[in-house]
Amino acid sequence: MSVDQATVRRIAHLARIAVEDSEVEHLRGEINAILAFVEELADVDVEGVAPMTSVIPMKMKMRVDEVTDGDIAQDVVANAPEREDNFFVVPKVVE
Amino acid sequence: MTRDLTRLTLAAARDGLLAKRFSARELAAAHIAAVEQARALNAYLVETPDLALKAAEDSDARLARGDARPLEGLPLGVKDLYCTNGVRTTAASRILEGFVPNYESTVTAQLWRDGALMLGKLNLDEFAMGSSNETSAFGPVVSPWRRRKNGAFDDARIVPGGSSGGSAAAVAAHLCLGATATDTGGSIRQPAAFTGTVGIKPTYGRCSRWGVVAFASSLDQAGPITRDVRDAAIMLRSMAGHDPKDTTSVDLPVPDYEKSVGASVRGKKIGIPKEYRVDGMAAEIDALWTQGIEWLRAAGAEIVDISLPNTRHALPAYYIVAPAEASSNLARYDGVRYGLRKPGKDIVGMYENTRAAGFGAEVRRRVMIGAYVLSAGYYDAYYVRAQRIRTLIKRDFDIAFHAGVDAILTPATPSPAFAIGEKGAADPVEMYLNDVFTVTVNMAGLPGLVVPGGMSSDGLPLGLQLIGRPFEEETLFALGAAVEQAAPKIELPDAWWAS
Repeated sequence: MSVDQATVRRIAHLARIAVEDSEVEHLRGEINAILAFVEELADVDVEGVAPMTSVIPMKMKMRVDEVTDGDIAQDVVANAPEREDNFFVVPKVVE
Repeated sequence: MTRDLTRLTLAAARDGLLAKRFSARELAAAHIAAVEQARALNAYLVETPDLALKAAEDSDARLARGDARPLEGLPLGVKDLYCTNGVRTTAASRILEGFVPNYESTVTAQLWRDGALMLGKLNLDEFAMGSSNETSAFGPVVSPWRRRKNGAFDDARIVPGGSSGGSAAAVAAHLCLGATATDTGGSIRQPAAFTGTVGIKPTYGRCSRWGVVAFASSLDQAGPITRDVRDAAIMLRSMAGHDPKDTTSVDLPVPDYEKSVGASVRGKKIGIPKEYRVDGMAAEIDALWTQGIEWLRAAGAEIVDISLPNTRHALPAYYIVAPAEASSNLARYDGVRYGLRKPGKDIVGMYENTRAAGFGAEVRRRVMIGAYVLSAGYYDAYYVRAQRIRTLIKRDFDIAFHAGVDAILTPATPSPAFAIGEKGAADPVEMYLNDVFTVTVNMAGLPGLVVPGGMSSDGLPLGLQLIGRPFEEETLFALGAAVEQAAPKIELPDAWWAS
């Protein structure tokens, strides 16, 4: 399988990465090189093989449902590029 | 003349401090000076000499009153993928420039709990994506090793491998006694092989991933890089252990790994997988492997041929699974909560501009591949298929171990280190092939140890890899020590980088 320029733009948008028009063809080449590299996997017989979900068999650990942390709003927003009081500030999303 | 305290191993420094032959402050100061003189290698992204000296004073007080902890006063480097409280953590990415965590990763917290101190944060490939340390947003790391041509060093700058290139270079150049590293597809073991150091990727779940910047969560694992096998065993004991904050960390007791160093390997069954004899492998790598087999045989191990038939699918499957997980993990870098922010015409424009400016070429490539293989219509064909193949890869190992194999011996890399700019410029896959021998171990969650085995014809280190059963790191330390004992000692060039 290989991708065309429109697909490259679609993937870039899915990944939320702005791509310049001048970069699209180059990116298409790189992505297709990687897709060509993984293409041989299509020929592997995986009939009846379960997909791996956990590399080490382990039971999901449960803990008591209680508050163990919190009241650190200032720590949480400390690294935000833009904040107001203890809120993250983002561009307007609702008109 | 003062002794050069940076020449000591971690174990020798520990013993020297306990015997009061020198102080923790002297040990820290010697390393701080070495770090300052080695900036040409670009191994450290952040130096924290004041923190180190202050911690050393505390260590000296403890040593004086006979209250030393297991790593008391030992100066270490920390890969800049581990979050460190109050110290800038960037994952070598522009998108995290200026990020100062207000919490400490579990693994580093355990090292400080045991008395170690931090010299600074070490360079790496951006978000640990790379095999040469060339993808760092803050410039490549230069290996302290140099190629020899016709008896003289040439001036090519050699890569230390990646992604833990800063860790490997710093340990090799005596800029710390040991360093933390991480390994998703070979990022501890390949740089260890390239720099003549020792690195272990423990079993998945052995070390907590909490507070380590995530790349591919089902593959990522923390581990040490050190100058010998004993030092790796000492560091891993402090790094390993259960952490309630990482549900995949395993609740098993942590053995005293150092006790395994020097243990007999007589009767251990060592598997030699025929599928690792790949096309185009350098003759000297093949010769090194044969030599390693002979060393273990001479130490009393039993050598058996084994087959791991799905080996060749591991690297392609990895380049589906790892980018898929990366695209999901890196979704958090959105210009809202931390790091870089670039304005856009609306919120989506802000996300897109921020991520375009903040991610380097390799990260962007992998995030896009990940988004593609997870997207509607391709998820089953790529992602689910790769996870099925992962089951097959693990099954190959299970069969070998079930048949009585204690560990598997392979080369660590298909070639010695190369020069900066020499690989991967035209085709990213050329760089990916570096990890052909290491990536299977991550796909199957197994422990893997790399030990120096010798030198290439042009004077660069070569490494051997030992792969173990899950949670049997002790066997690897015993076997690694046997290889180390038998292998010729390799000599680093004089400190040509020192200013």
